Amino acid sequence: MAADGNTKPPKKLSLKENYAMLTRGLDWEPTYEKKEDIFQKIDFEGIKIHDWDKWEDPFRLTMDAYWKYQGEKERKLYAIIDAFQQGNGQFNVTDARYVQALKVFLNGIVELEYASHRGFCMLGREFPGAGPRIAAQMQSIDELRHATTQIHAISQYNKYFEGMENFPYQFDRVWYLSIPKSFFEDACTSGPFEFIVAISFAFEYVLTNLAFMPWMSGAAFNGDMSTVSFGFSAQSDEARHMTLGIEVIKFLLEQDPANVALVQKWIDKWFWRGYRLLALLATMMDYILPKRVMSWGEAWTIYYEENGGALFADLARYGIKPPKYADVTIKEKGRVSHEMWSVFYANRNALGFGIWLPSEEEMDWFSEKYPDTFDKYYRPRYEYWRQLEAEGKPFTCKVLPQLCQTCQWPCLYTEADDATEFVHRESDYKGEIFHFCSDGCKDIFDDEPEKFVHAWMPVNQIYQGNCFLPGVDPTAPDFNPMAEALKFMGLKPGVDGGLFKEHLDAKRWEQWTSRPANIHEGAYTDSVRSTETPTPRAKP
Amino acid sequence: MATNSTQPVFIAFQDNNDTRPIIDAIMADNPNAKLNEMPALVKIDCPGRLVVKRETISEHAGRDFDLREIYINLISLAGEVDESEDEFVLEWKSR
Amino acid sequence: MTVEIRTTGVKPIRNTFEHLAKRFGDKNATRYQEIAYDIQPLVNFHYKPLWDPTRDLYDVRRTAVVMKDWYALKDPRQYYYGAYTITRAKQQDALDRQLEFVEKRELLRVLPAAARQQLVKTLVPLRHYEFGANMNNSHMAGYGFGTIYTQAAMMNCMDRLGMAQHLSRIGLLTDGNTGESLTEGKRQWMEEAAWQGVRREVEHLFVTRDWFELHVAQNLVADSLVYPLFYQHFDAAFAAQNGSALSSLTDYLMRWYDETSRWVDAIVKTAAAESPENAKLISEWTVKWRDIWVAALEPAAAAALGDKAADVLAAVVAAFNTKAGKLGLKL
Repeated sequence: MAADGNTKPPKKLSLKENYAMLTRGLDWEPTYEKKEDIFQKIDFEGIKIHDWDKWEDPFRLTMDAYWKYQGEKERKLYAIIDAFQQGNGQFNVTDARYVQALKVFLNGIVELEYASHRGFCMLGREFPGAGPRIAAQMQSIDELRHATTQIHAISQYNKYFEGMENFPYQFDRVWYLSIPKSFFEDACTSGPFEFIVAISFAFEYVLTNLAFMPWMSGAAFNGDMSTVSFGFSAQSDEARHMTLGIEVIKFLLEQDPANVALVQKWIDKWFWRGYRLLALLATMMDYILPKRVMSWGEAWTIYYEENGGALFADLARYGIKPPKYADVTIKEKGRVSHEMWSVFYANRNALGFGIWLPSEEEMDWFSEKYPDTFDKYYRPRYEYWRQLEAEGKPFTCKVLPQLCQTCQWPCLYTEADDATEFVHRESDYKGEIFHFCSDGCKDIFDDEPEKFVHAWMPVNQIYQGNCFLPGVDPTAPDFNPMAEALKFMGLKPGVDGGLFKEHLDAKRWEQWTSRPANIHEGAYTDSVRSTETPTPRAKP
Repeated sequence: MATNSTQPVFIAFQDNNDTRPIIDAIMADNPNAKLNEMPALVKIDCPGRLVVKRETISEHAGRDFDLREIYINLISLAGEVDESEDEFVLEWKSR
Repeated sequence: MTVEIRTTGVKPIRNTFEHLAKRFGDKNATRYQEIAYDIQPLVNFHYKPLWDPTRDLYDVRRTAVVMKDWYALKDPRQYYYGAYTITRAKQQDALDRQLEFVEKRELLRVLPAAARQQLVKTLVPLRHYEFGANMNNSHMAGYGFGTIYTQAAMMNCMDRLGMAQHLSRIGLLTDGNTGESLTEGKRQWMEEAAWQGVRREVEHLFVTRDWFELHVAQNLVADSLVYPLFYQHFDAAFAAQNGSALSSLTDYLMRWYDETSRWVDAIVKTAAAESPENAKLISEWTVKWRDIWVAALEPAAAAALGDKAADVLAAVVAAFNTKAGKLGLKL
């Protein structure tokens, strides 16, 4: 049918061929400008790439298919979010404690998705190969999707609960939000290869399953259809990103044997940094979810020890070893969420969400899930604190904690082999002493001290007087540095943090829903109808 | 290609009407697979290698299935991916 | 649903986030506003970028344009990710039917060899131009300032990959999926004199680091010349000889260009209106890049349109000058 000499029927293209035709060969060797002037950021890290064409695109998505499938996912997701909002779904969750987790999520995680979007976008500009550039761009716009859908899904909660209304402002200032902020800024300020190893591999491939699968399943279990829908919808993109993560690693390792040592160093650094970041999620899973799907300890066993173990067994053929200090994470798995919740409890007046002590029933669950640690170390502490609360003099930390120069958590972790001894490491750099929560964090600092001395450390900033709003007079007789620092951070003293049973969210929840704000404690107020039969209040 | 590895791979889907035929097909095609159900999600673990076949899903769904549709409800996976029109394979290459 | 009747009467304690209430009052925000405004971190950056140690991760100093509020750079389409992808999915759906129609009837393959060659040497090289625009918009989205601008640039970046792939598909429709047209298109792009000016200037854009200048040079100037020149004027000339099969496929490009121009133009107009300094700077960039691009396009236009090329190019430039004037630029 076709004209002269063009008579063969059109060839049927497979997915791979179609992708290759439409994508490969789009780039070219520049001749009018020097390649090193176009791609300026690719050499300084020391990674050697001999042939960018050896890159295998892990997902062969052309834009038409991308729009089609992503459009379909978005239609489904927004149908659920719309229904959730129209049906006042925020009142269908288990109790008002669950909403405290969403505050950690919105205030701490949305901005990470955003940072990831910008970071991958820079990679989408800087990689000299078309394949990796396109892969990075697709991930970049996916991450923009995640920031967007998270805000949209949680927006409804903001209208009924405290502590979410100021999230971008808080992210730049709140002391514990500097943990996630510094994590991603560390990655984005690194070179492109370190960024992609850090985020695509160490963080997404090795660690995010742990966060998203049990956590999102937990959101569903607690009746939050809005969050679970965006969570799972985001995860379907992550599955593609994880494939990118493993492809990147293989590509770097196969390109030059000299890359192995650098990649190993980054895996060690970012595994540890990611693990410390996830301590936030450990507390969300173990403490904030009113109904739990699995414990942090169980999740670590399944997703790191078993699935991560398989991954590192596979990478052994390249000479890659499991991350340094992975053994410490396993030793800490029975402790990390409890240690962090204790930090939050002690510093609850400086938080953006309400805090409570676990009930008898919850402590029994911990005893079962953490047989080696909970009854020995944490139950007695909680029982003592509960007694102090009953006596009307709840335990509070009065001094600002020493922060780790690397991960920015308070230095309140315990020694890997001794849960009664706080870890304290330090390094002397140019005559100044820097403090660390762990050997992992100290090693990271020691490798790049010039980078980490520039960290914006909230506690140090408060002491230096940099955390007060304009017009505040530190010499005034009624000057309260703590209250002023909280205002600077965008936290409302007496509203956002404190004991959950006194929290506005708890009071309003009971007034609005006639259900207990904490299903494990029974009603806090008289608003809960007598027809309800709340779980009996735990005995002190 | 067969693998010698017995290291676990997994694939996880949202638990909904669209994924029933996918999950049934995977369970039919992978005798060593184990189904783990959690609230709102289904995780399928399998030692070494797991294959998702378009043809089997099409049979279970009663219609032509485009394998890329699995991405709409996919939550996560572990293992190296090899993907074509007909098969989506997850596997580890080493023991 | 287990919502109790009484909860449906509960009034919200606030209607939106504080940063949006500050801008628009405490009322329900749109989904566009919720992502577009104030999401990019502004202060208290932790580390100096290893790749740019004298500036912050997000830094207003990556362009010479100055804005009091970078969030003035609103996208008139108000695209957020969902609205964007769903719109593109619908458009792609319609385009797929056009492509199928052309493919089934082999409408491009049955063209005379000379016409096919003309099509391949004129349109297929532009897939590389689009891929250059893809990289340039990635630069704007990565290094630009303020989510309201950068997210739109990100969408534009992906659009350009889509356009590159669409042009590739047009090539494959002429060669029966062998890819010969793509090879020939690339040879044209790399070797033929007609394309060297264009390729030189695309590479020139790759080393242009001021992201706002890049927006002006790529999205405003180059696109406003390239799109009408090829997808309108060349298309019309080609259709006059060979029928409208090709037009059914270039129509998509022109519709996309019309839609995207609303965003591109709004950014330029708002920034130029901000201050006389901005207006002067952006006008200078516009003149500089217009002259560069007109010169670069002359041989490509001549190869595409023969002796009509000069008149067509003059008309395209005149239309551009009029548009630029309306945006507040002095050329």
